[in-house]
Amino acid sequence: MTGKIEKLGNAGISRRKVLKGGAATLAAGSSLMAAPMVWANNLKDISLKQVGPSFSVYPDIAEKASQDLGFKIETQGAWTDALMARVVKQPETVDIADIEFWALSKVWRSKQLQAIDTGKIKNWDKVIPLFREGKNFDGSDASRQGILPYEVQYTDAPGSESFADGPTGFTTVLPTIYNADTLGIRPDLIGRSIESWAELLNPEFAGKTALINIPQIGIMDAAMAIEARGDFVYGDKGNMTREEIDKTIEILIAAKKSGQFRAFWSSFDESVNLMASGEVVIQSMWSPAVTAVRTRGVNVSYAPLKEGYRGWGVGMGLMSHLDGLKLEAAYEYLNWILDGWQGAFMAKTGYYSSVPETAKSVLSAAEWDFWYGGKAAAVDIQDPFGSLQGSAGLVRDGGSFEDRMGNVACWNTVMDEDRYMVKRWNEFVSS
Amino acid sequence: MASFDKGLARHVLQHKQAAFAMSNRNTKPYLEALPYTSILILIVGIPIATLLTISFWETDGLQLYPNFTLENYKEIFTSKLTLILYLQTIKYTVLTLAFSLVIGFTCSYFLVFFVKSLKIQIALFLLCTIPFWTSTTIRMISWVPFLGKEGIFNTAAQGVGLIDQPLAFLLFSDFAVVLTYVHLFTLFMIVPIFNSMSKISPSVIEAARDAGASDFDVLINIIIPLTKTGIALGSIFVVALVMGDFFVVRVMSGGQSASVVSAMKNDIDQLYYPQAAAMAVLLIAVVLAFVYLIMRVVDIRAELER
Repeated sequence: MTGKIEKLGNAGISRRKVLKGGAATLAAGSSLMAAPMVWANNLKDISLKQVGPSFSVYPDIAEKASQDLGFKIETQGAWTDALMARVVKQPETVDIADIEFWALSKVWRSKQLQAIDTGKIKNWDKVIPLFREGKNFDGSDASRQGILPYEVQYTDAPGSESFADGPTGFTTVLPTIYNADTLGIRPDLIGRSIESWAELLNPEFAGKTALINIPQIGIMDAAMAIEARGDFVYGDKGNMTREEIDKTIEILIAAKKSGQFRAFWSSFDESVNLMASGEVVIQSMWSPAVTAVRTRGVNVSYAPLKEGYRGWGVGMGLMSHLDGLKLEAAYEYLNWILDGWQGAFMAKTGYYSSVPETAKSVLSAAEWDFWYGGKAAAVDIQDPFGSLQGSAGLVRDGGSFEDRMGNVACWNTVMDEDRYMVKRWNEFVSS
Repeated sequence: MASFDKGLARHVLQHKQAAFAMSNRNTKPYLEALPYTSILILIVGIPIATLLTISFWETDGLQLYPNFTLENYKEIFTSKLTLILYLQTIKYTVLTLAFSLVIGFTCSYFLVFFVKSLKIQIALFLLCTIPFWTSTTIRMISWVPFLGKEGIFNTAAQGVGLIDQPLAFLLFSDFAVVLTYVHLFTLFMIVPIFNSMSKISPSVIEAARDAGASDFDVLINIIIPLTKTGIALGSIFVVALVMGDFFVVRVMSGGQSASVVSAMKNDIDQLYYPQAAAMAVLLIAVVLAFVYLIMRVVDIRAELER
């Protein structure tokens, strides 16, 4: 069975090559390849709409894919909250959804996404063990605080609305990009080294700190700080009890009243501006935001902290309404995504690919060593659009890929007490 | 006999015609109002009915279930958060109303009573609208680099030695929120007040002066009473705009403050639609109450016919 599916997958690739070459003749073999002209004609009319957050869905990637594949990929930006609503309420407006793993725990049971057959994914075996097996690089089990992507990675069978405990051959989404988040700091304005999440609540930085105003993520950054400060230890920071939520919110309200926070940011740009303008010297931050601040010539450190990182991942999901030729095209696109070009592009924004070895084949050796290896840059480092990120000699904060992704303390999440948590978070924000 | 019948027939006919004319007189206005009414039902009635319906439904944070429940309203009315949010939003509304009223009234007063040339009057009035040539968002965001700790104002004030430490309260604060509202919405006050004021006949004011009234007497006893339609209309605009906003609050308070609508948006983002719908229904009720109060003070309809 697997062998046969494998062959279909390969057939897809050779068919594409044939199409690109414009030749109608085919290598002998699969029956699926019987009518290549029909394919060629229909395929170029196909258009897939990919919707997702701006750090994942880039028009540049879609354009390159459209060139390589011979059909059209259209992109549309939507943050995870808006995307969840569209997947559930207006599924026909999306073909491929770039969705965060934590959001899957909310929307998968709506059955608007279909299971992906891993047999049709050529590079599935090369996907890092974190997603495939829930293991770190050294073979140890990954942290399960919050929603480890592996917990929502597999489903039992097509049409199932639940998640499977282990590999089944059917995945909910195809993992694409992920990263380990930490605090962003302005070393020039702080003037000493920052080693713990507890610094977020340190009165020394009163009026100069910021938190992300997405309740599910903001409360975890706060929990990392509270636990690091030694107030108390959470059972699971990613799935707090009501009592833990209450204690956390009380601490946060007290901190807010004493003027600890300068702002709560809701969009990527806000976090960039807060940091670049110096309004804030220590805050929740994302890697591309760090990159964006550096592009403005302002030094930001995205240093590892001793308690570990907060991890997250995004996967591409196929909507249930895809079938026939459109579904085949979508699988081709998924295979193209893992082929290396997208991985190399994303690497230059600071994010990792689920198949690092194909990304490696597209990146230059110096780029690979900097982004994945954690080594000092041998050449000037550029972002995917050619803007300077840093001169030769720069070292990536946190070191190598294995060091960073192997040190995730908790994952982005939806708690069982989500509704209660959001309500209390609103109280904190308006206190 | 025949003529009698004829007479009767004519009589009956006249009666019928009169009755027809009567019923025609009754239905015609309704027919005339029909197109507008249908549009209103389509774009206002149906959405509000939907909102009202959904506010009584159940949800599990994903799907909506059309089971009647009062849970959403119970949650709103028992939550301390609702009170905090409304107090906060009403605080913004009242402050914005007060400042935009004073500024709007003063501007209109100047334009109408101090500028003699009609051309200059129109030119100055157009000047007031210049900020509206760009989008609301741009006008709002442009305050950020001006008010920030490292912003233009603080840098300049420190430069000339006015202050030692940057003033942090200028940005990401209630001050910044109200300042932005006043900046954005004062024009909605100027236009109706200007309109009412320019209708005041100069002879009324002359008569008052002849009777020995001072400038202040004229202002209090003539201009303000005759401008109250404009004030009422402007106030309705400002109240509706401020109470319905979430974006200005989010950006200018740096996310440190919430409004009724921003909490509603948080619910929508998390797919809790019925709860958000219930909050929306409550907000509509509160705004209508405000408008009702304003209408109680000023009979806008009667004033407009003046």
